[in-house]
Amino acid sequence: MRAVRDFVNSFLLVELLKGLSLTGRHMFRRKVTVRYPEETAPQSPRFRGLHALRRYPNGEERCIACKLCEAVCPALAITIESHEREDGTRRTTRYDIDLFKCIYCGFCEESCPVDSIVETRVFEYHMERRGENVIHKDQLLAMGEKYEQQLAADRAADAPYR
Amino acid sequence: MNAKVDQEQKNPDLVTIEVDGVSMEVRKGAMLIEATDAANVHVPRFCYHKKLSVAANCRMCLVEVERAPKPLPACATPVADGMRVFTKSERALAAQKGVMEFLLINHPLDCPICDQGGECELQDVALGYGRGVSRFTERKRVVEDENLGPLVATEMTRCIHCTRCVRFLDEVAGQRELGGIGRGEHTVISTYVEAGVRSELSGNVIDLCPVGALTSKPYRFSARAWEMLSHAAIAPHDSVGSNINLHHVRGKVKRVAPRENESLNETWISDRDRFSYQGIYSEDRLPRPLVKRNGEWEEVEWETALEVTAKGLRQVVEAHGGGQLGALISPTSTLEELYLLSRLVRGLGSANIDHRLRQADFSDQAKAPAFPHLGLSVEELEAQRAVLVIGSNVRSELPIINLRLRKASLAGAAVMTVNPRRFKANYELAVDHVVAPQAMVRELAAVAQALLDAKGEPAPAGFAELLGDVKPGRVHQDIATKLQEQEQAVVLTGALVESHPAGAALRALAGLIARLSNARFGQLPQAANSVGACLAGAQPHRGVGARKSDQVGLDARRMFEEPRKGYLLFNVEPEFDAWNPSAARKALAEAEFVAVMSPYATPDMADYADVILPISAFSETAGTYVNLEGRWQSAGGVAAPVGEARPGWRVLRVLGNLFDLDGFDYQGADQVLDEIRSAVGEAAVPAAPAWEPVVNAFQAQGLVRLGDVPIYRTDMLVRRASALQATVHTPAAAVYLAAATAAAVGVREGQQVRVRQDGASLELPAVIDDSIPADCVWIPAALEETGVLGPMQGEVTVEAA
Repeated sequence: MRAVRDFVNSFLLVELLKGLSLTGRHMFRRKVTVRYPEETAPQSPRFRGLHALRRYPNGEERCIACKLCEAVCPALAITIESHEREDGTRRTTRYDIDLFKCIYCGFCEESCPVDSIVETRVFEYHMERRGENVIHKDQLLAMGEKYEQQLAADRAADAPYR
Repeated sequence: MNAKVDQEQKNPDLVTIEVDGVSMEVRKGAMLIEATDAANVHVPRFCYHKKLSVAANCRMCLVEVERAPKPLPACATPVADGMRVFTKSERALAAQKGVMEFLLINHPLDCPICDQGGECELQDVALGYGRGVSRFTERKRVVEDENLGPLVATEMTRCIHCTRCVRFLDEVAGQRELGGIGRGEHTVISTYVEAGVRSELSGNVIDLCPVGALTSKPYRFSARAWEMLSHAAIAPHDSVGSNINLHHVRGKVKRVAPRENESLNETWISDRDRFSYQGIYSEDRLPRPLVKRNGEWEEVEWETALEVTAKGLRQVVEAHGGGQLGALISPTSTLEELYLLSRLVRGLGSANIDHRLRQADFSDQAKAPAFPHLGLSVEELEAQRAVLVIGSNVRSELPIINLRLRKASLAGAAVMTVNPRRFKANYELAVDHVVAPQAMVRELAAVAQALLDAKGEPAPAGFAELLGDVKPGRVHQDIATKLQEQEQAVVLTGALVESHPAGAALRALAGLIARLSNARFGQLPQAANSVGACLAGAQPHRGVGARKSDQVGLDARRMFEEPRKGYLLFNVEPEFDAWNPSAARKALAEAEFVAVMSPYATPDMADYADVILPISAFSETAGTYVNLEGRWQSAGGVAAPVGEARPGWRVLRVLGNLFDLDGFDYQGADQVLDEIRSAVGEAAVPAAPAWEPVVNAFQAQGLVRLGDVPIYRTDMLVRRASALQATVHTPAAAVYLAAATAAAVGVREGQQVRVRQDGASLELPAVIDDSIPADCVWIPAALEETGVLGPMQGEVTVEAA
């Protein structure tokens, strides 16, 4: 009995019509595709993109070279060297992140006692030469300066849940 | 079996206690915490330290004891038979948590920038016993920092008043430089006056401090505890061979910490051993080999440099004979380096190799024991009842030995000295006899005579001339009696005997005094491998294993006084390391070819050398050190060599091959060591020496210079440790003299005086110092300024400039 029904169905192209009807329905539905790069998907304040080092409003760098981010990093992407600055404070002389190693887990940001190392919403970046994958302290600080407003707003938005 | 148990139970020195339900036997009179530590039961503590007295002021170790009305501090509660202790009961934990909460009231929350973070006892204990959130809302107290000098950084707000530092300086270092003032919340640890901490062991307070109040200044903020790797090593600055751990990150040594060894350094190390690592990264480290061509220095490849070295040495040997080649090696080099250099030099047909750079008198070398030996073990030293120290500032030469002598002294031993200067001791000396260098022989002769008089014996054969007709005074008789009446007694000679022009006579007399008083005789070898060098054959009259060699070469002093055509310097800066720097400079300047193997290149080297080969510094090469008890201790190389520097033994191995010498195909330093071991064989600890009498070789007229080596100027590495150089222990270059001498010479305090010695001349300020006897002036050796003068001890003229 079933064999007969299958034979008739295939003969009458029922499957095809079913498919066409689905396509037809979607033709008149609202479109959900994001047309990147003209459009982007919405981002959470907790978005974890490219890293940055922040400064205090008075311009002093936040990082105190405690090396907790280096210790917590599961991919060993962070390398820090520290010293005593002339004013007697603890500061980094080197703060490198290897973006090839980084898995964007956000542990560095979680571990930071002074909210210095953060992950921005920037996810569109590229490297052209070997070695550019390692970003240095000055680049990180520049990122921080560029996106400070956004970073501060994001952290304020997320503060109630922390 | 039962009988045995009964016997143990009857042992009157043991009591049985029960800790957390487990019964254990403990020595009577021990504190509870010793019992729990021995049984691996953890009781939190801050102020208790096994090497210090019990203070019981942190209260962290409170435990519950059955039938006690309240919790008792485990560190200050002696065990009693049948005691039942609960370390983890509800009551004990409540007490411990309460104490923790009080301790954290005033402790700042700056762990992220604190150097102790990650290895902090307070952090660890707070994790186990602290509350998640503080109930304390008032302001925290802030304490002003103390300036403790260039070695120890302070952050006194973090202090929890455990007083370990105070007790250490008072009880162990013997210098009460810190103390607590104020009460309650106003308690602060202070130097009382702005004096800093000057002890030569001050670095140990860094390890003792359970929090980050006292940290290391040179290490400050340079690494974190968890990222460093730790490797065992041997301290390379004195002949004790203190056990240390090197902490390093990415191939760079960041700090040095003591490694516990009860038979040598206990849990302490001297500041010299702790902070000298700074010298490894000094600015004058040489990264690549240098060759002088037509008076200009050129950086070259290793291959070229080695060929130039081999060619230069070969030319000297072929043109003038092997005897015209002189090799000097620092006794801080490793055993492997000492051995290979001595083989290389002997292979080139020369026996002129020596490590005894600061020795003055070699006339007794043929009869000397196989190596300078302490005469007993370091541990035995503290059990001595009478100690006679001759010509040694023990505290600066061997700080760890001084600790043992101090312990002996505190236990009632009579520690006596016969010194050419009144050195500051940190314990009471039974006799502190200060005599001018030219009178040393006479004074020792008087002590020997006093012993002979007491025994009613005539002078032993051959000693008559040396003893002459000395009349022992009261002080000599005093020394003689004290030595004689004690069974455990030892006579030690130090650096100032080694550098004394009549050193042989002094050693003979010291040996005689020891023999007559039935005391043991010991020497205090100075450098880390002074003993190893003798065993490795790095001396002109003896080969490997200190066996007599057929060909006797020139000793270190004569190699410079009778200039050679070619020199090979290994880890040596003759201007600081030689007994007679002015002769050394002259000889090197006139030599045809000078090859230097050194981690550093100095302007002086640039003047006299023809080729400089950069070799690895301490920590970068595997090596063995033999200490003053004859104990062999090896350590691997852990740090990455700076630049293209290569381990010394490898460089010597290649040179050996370039000269086609046999048996220079080593694959590793351990192979060299194995070869030395089998060659030395059972070179047992040398028996007490049979010093034969010699004549007094030093008859000085007029003023004599006394020049000892300041504690932080002893070798290449420590001379470059900037923090140590900034301490008070590196004296200013000056002429130090007694008021009477100054009056006789006609100079005033602070006046510039002209010093003339051995053809060299120098202008220095005069400083009146009462610790110096008449008829001699103290001009420290191995300083930048004094590196041009003549013998460390010898005649000198001083006049107003």
